[in-house]
Amino acid sequence: MAAVKLEAVHPDRGTGAEAELSRKFLYYMALMREVEERIERRLYRQGKVLGGVYVGRGQEAIPVGSGLVARPDDVLFPSHRDLALYFIRGVHPRNVFAQYMGRVDGLTRGRDGNMHMGDLSKGLVAIISAMAASVPVAAGAAMAMKYQGKDSVALVYFGDGATSRGDWHEGINLASVQKAPLVLLCNNNQYAYSTPLSKQMACQNVADRAAGYGIPAEIVDGNDPFAIHAATRRAVEHARGGLGPYLIECKTFRMTGHSAHDPADYVPKHLFEEWGAMCPIQRMQDRMVEEGWATREETNDILARIRKETDEAIAWAENSPFPDPSELTLGVYESK
Amino acid sequence: MPTTYVEAIREGIREEMERDPNVFLLGEDIGVYGGAFKVTQGLLDQFGERRVVDTPISESAIVGAAIGASFMGLRPVAEMQFADFISCGFDQIVNYAAKCRYRWNAPAAIVVRAPCGGGIHGGPFHSQQNEAWFAHTPGLKVVLPATARDAKGLIKSAIRDNDPVLFFEHKALYRRVKEDLPEGDYTVPIGKANVYREGRDLSIVTYSAMVHTAAEAAEIVAKDGISVEVVDLRTLTPFDEETVLESVKKTSKAIVLHEATLTGGFGGEIAARITEKAFEYLDGPVVRIAAPDTPVPFSQTLEDAYLPSVEQVVEKVRWLAAY
Repeated sequence: MAAVKLEAVHPDRGTGAEAELSRKFLYYMALMREVEERIERRLYRQGKVLGGVYVGRGQEAIPVGSGLVARPDDVLFPSHRDLALYFIRGVHPRNVFAQYMGRVDGLTRGRDGNMHMGDLSKGLVAIISAMAASVPVAAGAAMAMKYQGKDSVALVYFGDGATSRGDWHEGINLASVQKAPLVLLCNNNQYAYSTPLSKQMACQNVADRAAGYGIPAEIVDGNDPFAIHAATRRAVEHARGGLGPYLIECKTFRMTGHSAHDPADYVPKHLFEEWGAMCPIQRMQDRMVEEGWATREETNDILARIRKETDEAIAWAENSPFPDPSELTLGVYESK
Repeated sequence: MPTTYVEAIREGIREEMERDPNVFLLGEDIGVYGGAFKVTQGLLDQFGERRVVDTPISESAIVGAAIGASFMGLRPVAEMQFADFISCGFDQIVNYAAKCRYRWNAPAAIVVRAPCGGGIHGGPFHSQQNEAWFAHTPGLKVVLPATARDAKGLIKSAIRDNDPVLFFEHKALYRRVKEDLPEGDYTVPIGKANVYREGRDLSIVTYSAMVHTAAEAAEIVAKDGISVEVVDLRTLTPFDEETVLESVKKTSKAIVLHEATLTGGFGGEIAARITEKAFEYLDGPVVRIAAPDTPVPFSQTLEDAYLPSVEQVVEKVRWLAAY
C-alpha cells in the first residue's frame, strides 16, 4: 500500500473540535508508544518483564481513533495491540507496568500477564490467547445490550490472522443474524506471527469477508486516527440504530516482530522503511503544526509530559509487591 | 402425579425464567422445535423469541455469546444439542469461561446443558459421557443429575450459580425415570453428594444413569444378604469427598462405577482419594467399573457390551464382598 497523506476528511473539519481531537489522538498514541517502548526495550531486556511482550508499534491509531468514539457504556474487547484503549478507559499506566511485571497492582494481580487484562467496571474485557475468541463473546455482550433495551454497542478488536479462526466467523454470523450492535475492528498489519496475509487468506481484503455475513464493511488507512475515528462513528451509528454488525478494516503494518523475542527476519526490510515513514505519531505532530492546531513547542510538551508520567509510573510499579504464594488457589470459584 | 426427568429440567428452567428476567436460553433448535429432546418445549410460546434464542449451528459462538451476555449481567442457559458436540465449543468453555474469574475477577455465570450418555443407539457421536474433560479443568462446575428431583433442583442451582456450570443430562433418563417432586421452589445444592441407597457391606460410588444400574444390582445382591450402599455424587466438581469417605469408612469396601470410558475417567480420581484418605479402613481393593476404552459403538450387541451392565456390577459386588 502506497504512503497516504494524512488528510482524511473528518466530520469535525473546520471546527475547534478537530484541533481538540488531534491533541487527544497525539496524547494517547504517544502514551501507548512510550509505555510499550519502556516495556519492550527496557523492562523486558532488563529481565523485569518475563514471558511474552506484544506491542502495537505503528498501529496506535487504531485503538485511539476508534476508542475515542466509544461512550462509557459501550464495552471494549481489545486485542493484544490495543493498549491505548486501556488508557482511554482510565486505566493508569502504573497498573499496566505492574501487570507486565507480574505484581499485585496489575489488573490480574499476577494471575495473567501482558495484554491479558480487563476490568468490567471500565467496560474492558480481557482477551485469551486463542485469537478471535473474543468475537463470539462480544457478540453475546451485544445481544445482551439489545436484550436489556440499551443503545450501547460492543467494539471488538482483532488482527488479520484472527479472521482465519472459526470463532471469528461463528461470532460475526451469530451477531449478524441477531442484528446485535457489534462493531468489528480489524488491525490488518499484514503479518500473523511470521505468516504473511497471502498465506492467511485468498481474498484481497478482510473487508471482503463481510459480504458472507450480510454486513457492511469499509477499509480505512490504519495509520490515520481521523479516518478511523470517522469510520467508527459511522459503524457505531449503524450498530446503535439496530442495523447489526459493521466491520472496519484498518490497513497498517506491524513495525516489530510478533513479540519481543522475534526479530522478524522474514519481513522484507523495505516494508519497514516505507511504513516507518507513515508513523501515525510523527504525522499527527506534523499535521497539528501544519493545520495550526498546535505549535511545535506544544506538541513537544505533550511528549515531555508523557515521558515524565511514564517514569513515575514505572517507579511506582516497581514498588508494587509480587503476589503472595498463599493467594495461589484463591478465586478459582466464587468465594462464599 | 409423577414428573419425568425431562419435565423436571423443563420445569426448573421455566421457574427460573419466571423468577428472574435475566435468565434466557440459547441453542440449536430450542425454540420452535423445543429442542432435540424437547427439554425446552413450550418455553418459546411462554417467553418469546427474546428469551428463547434459536442460534446458528455454532457451538463455540453459543458458549462465547453466553459468556459475553453474562458479563452484561444476564443469566444465559446454553444448550448443546448433544454432549458430543461440546468439543466444538471446547475453547470457549475451558479457556475462556473457566479461567476468567481467576484471571481478572470476571464471572462467567453461564450454564451449558449437555444431553449425554448411551443406551439410545446413537453411535459414536451421540452417546458420549465426556464429563471428565471438564472435571479436569479448574474453574468449571460439573453436574450430572440421576433423578428427576435432583435434575430440577440442580438446574435451578446451576442457573443461580455465579460460576460456569456444565449440566450433563442423561438422555436415557429423560423419560425413563419419574417421581413425585417436592412442591414449590426448591433447589439441590451443587457440590453435595447423596446417599441414594443405604447399606453396610460395600459402597458403590457413582453418578448419572449408573446410579440406577447400581441400585438394580444392589437389589439383586440384597437377596443374598449383601447390603450395598449407593452414593450418587451428583456433581464431580466441586467433589463431595466427605460423603464418599464417610460411606467407605462405614462399609470398608468401594466400587467406583461410571459409564464413561475407564482410562482417565473421573473414577480414577475417586479411587485415588479413597485410597489416599481411607486406606486404613479398606478391607479390599478399590474396584473400578467403566466402559472399555473404545468409542461408543452403534450396533445393539456392541453397545450392550460397551455399557456397564447390572450383571457386571452384580459380579463385581459379589467378588468384592467375598474378598
